[in-house]
Amino acid sequence: MALRTEPFVLNVGPVHPSTHGVFRMRATLDGEVIVNIEPVFGYLHRGIEKLAEERTYSGIIPLTDRLDYLASMSNNLAYVLAVEKLAEIEVPERAEYLRVIMVELQRIASHLIGVGSFLNDCGAFFTPFLYMFREREKVVDMLDMVSGQRLTYNYMRIGGVSQDIPDEFLPALDKFLKQMPGFIDEYDQLLKENEILLARAKGVGILPKELAINISASGPVLRGSGVKWDIRKADPYSVYDRFEFDIPTGTVGDCYDRYRVRVEEMRQSLRIIKQAMEQLPPGAVRSEVPHLLRPPVGEAYGHIESPKGELGFYLVSDNSIAPYRCHIRAPSLINLTALRDMMIGWKIADAIIIFGSIDVCMGEIDR
Amino acid sequence: MTILNFNLNSIQYWQTLPPDWPGEFWWHWLVFTVIIIGFVLLLVMGFIYIERRGMGRMQARLGPNRTGPFGLLQPVADAIKILLKEDIVPTKADKLVHWLAPVIAFAPVLMVFAVVPFQNGAVLADLNIGILYVVAISSVTTVGIFMAGWGSSNKYSLLGAMRSVAAVVSYEIPLVLTIASVVLIVGSLSLNQIVLAQDIPFILLQPLGFLLYFIAGCAEINRSPFDLFEADSEIVAGFHTEYSGMKFALFYLAEYAEALAISAIITTLFLAGWRGPLLPPWLWFTLKVIIVFFVMVWTRTTLPRVRIDQLMALAWKFLLPLALINLLITGIEVLTLPAALPWVMILANFAIMVLLVLLWSKFFRLGGGRVEV
Repeated sequence: MALRTEPFVLNVGPVHPSTHGVFRMRATLDGEVIVNIEPVFGYLHRGIEKLAEERTYSGIIPLTDRLDYLASMSNNLAYVLAVEKLAEIEVPERAEYLRVIMVELQRIASHLIGVGSFLNDCGAFFTPFLYMFREREKVVDMLDMVSGQRLTYNYMRIGGVSQDIPDEFLPALDKFLKQMPGFIDEYDQLLKENEILLARAKGVGILPKELAINISASGPVLRGSGVKWDIRKADPYSVYDRFEFDIPTGTVGDCYDRYRVRVEEMRQSLRIIKQAMEQLPPGAVRSEVPHLLRPPVGEAYGHIESPKGELGFYLVSDNSIAPYRCHIRAPSLINLTALRDMMIGWKIADAIIIFGSIDVCMGEIDR
Repeated sequence: MTILNFNLNSIQYWQTLPPDWPGEFWWHWLVFTVIIIGFVLLLVMGFIYIERRGMGRMQARLGPNRTGPFGLLQPVADAIKILLKEDIVPTKADKLVHWLAPVIAFAPVLMVFAVVPFQNGAVLADLNIGILYVVAISSVTTVGIFMAGWGSSNKYSLLGAMRSVAAVVSYEIPLVLTIASVVLIVGSLSLNQIVLAQDIPFILLQPLGFLLYFIAGCAEINRSPFDLFEADSEIVAGFHTEYSGMKFALFYLAEYAEALAISAIITTLFLAGWRGPLLPPWLWFTLKVIIVFFVMVWTRTTLPRVRIDQLMALAWKFLLPLALINLLITGIEVLTLPAALPWVMILANFAIMVLLVLLWSKFFRLGGGRVEV
């Protein structure tokens, strides 16, 4: 007698320990195997794009903090770059360097959380997560020194940054640059060859190169699939063309590759910060920009390589004090479209780590 | 130090009485039931403390340190908190099964201790089939877990319960086979006899057996890296997702009592049980149990979790063949080697363990696991 079995629907989320916020996956399961998966999001929608149409150009910066709240510096930068392009504003050189330092520090902080929560999803009960948080704490402390905030920095300004760095910042950064490579090496050594991690992550959730390009994935997800594409190199913004760094890429595009890419990117970020710190010129950190900025009629798209991928702001100006339209290209959302292709056929436990390896931030997806 | 000199042997004369002596038998039974319940509850609290503090240390944080000196009262605070919680039963739950499950999960764990000797002869019932009884009784917990998963009428619970049944059925086999190789050396199933036979702790005579038993034991009692039945990052809390209040407390208690039971069995089978110099036997026993448990906490904080198919593959492709080979080799050694030369056996078995584990892990690969749908 053949047993009759039928697939069942499991709602993973919206409140679930591993959905990194309020995200829901409607998974159709055959036993433990995923037959179909349907991402459902929008639980965190705050209407940031619409709110932006009612605010002055400088008043939008705090809103961008709340997009990818694990990398608010990057959001700030992407937005102010778009406005500067729109209004053709010059930025003092020192400010450019400070921006690069802050954004790269932010990338390290964001990747630490990305890697930590990925390992947590693998089932390493909070240990890597808490160690990563210990390192992130140092970054957050430094960003706190310059901006007075620990999560929503609101540091960048149109035409520069809000204020110059305090005296204690550079010594702290120097210490951090000396310590951090050792920590990364140590954690890497602990986890790189871990048999269980290899068994869980290697070959799991493969995103082929062609598919990754076709869905316009970006960031570590794209580079994990072996595409050497980094906006810092492909379309250098700020002063990135003055620094030497490599673009780490994966080979097959599985969870393990994406994890490796993030670890390597932290090392590259440290390299960039080191160079930026050595080249840091004196001078003003902010150019004169009218408080109620009225950019000329037109449109501009500013994009940066945020920790999660290509973060872009598309602004349309009608010569008023608020943008006519503000659209945000959120990398997490676009990377998430690969979810179904990566997950079908894997087990529910793999689905969790595949989702973790994309490293999404719900604040950015739902905006 | 009267407490240290407290000797369970002083109440040992009941052992000499025939078991059909009703009055004395019940007296013995009562004393040991109280001792066992007290021992289990106290050590479970100790385990919770060790786990929370030890894990805190390993995770670069302090762990709970606000309740009492060094946070020693944390388990008490935990217990009070859990007991004061509302007992919620899902509307669609199978009420009777949902209610019965925690009891069925917890009771057998307590019953395991009936045959565990705390000291020479200090045991509730020195069954001549002691270890067989342990194997039989400890699997009953799975029934409780499956009832919880089924009765909750929750898909996460059901997934956890299915994993639990699959894992326990598979891991029971290497578990029993390693026990069999210990029994081969001793020639008795009684746990007290097994301890008495350990002039050399069996961890030296049976290093591979110890390793296999520890791994299989961890898998059976849902300890990391095999904690799939309640994998918090995947299926929320597994079989006890829908439990709260006293019922959850029973599951929580059962989980730690199971860890205690496995640690106690490992101590008895491989670490020479209550035997040891200077300290009183019951203290030796407790210390060894705590050390074994500490290793479990250590693996929990260190290792990621395996997947369900990898868990099964490990049982059938790795542990089972090695357990069979171990049993065969032990049998040959018991038959051929003179008992006066344990060092030959120790050296041979350590060499065999290293060789087998290295060889087998060359052929054995986890990973893959995609299913075409």
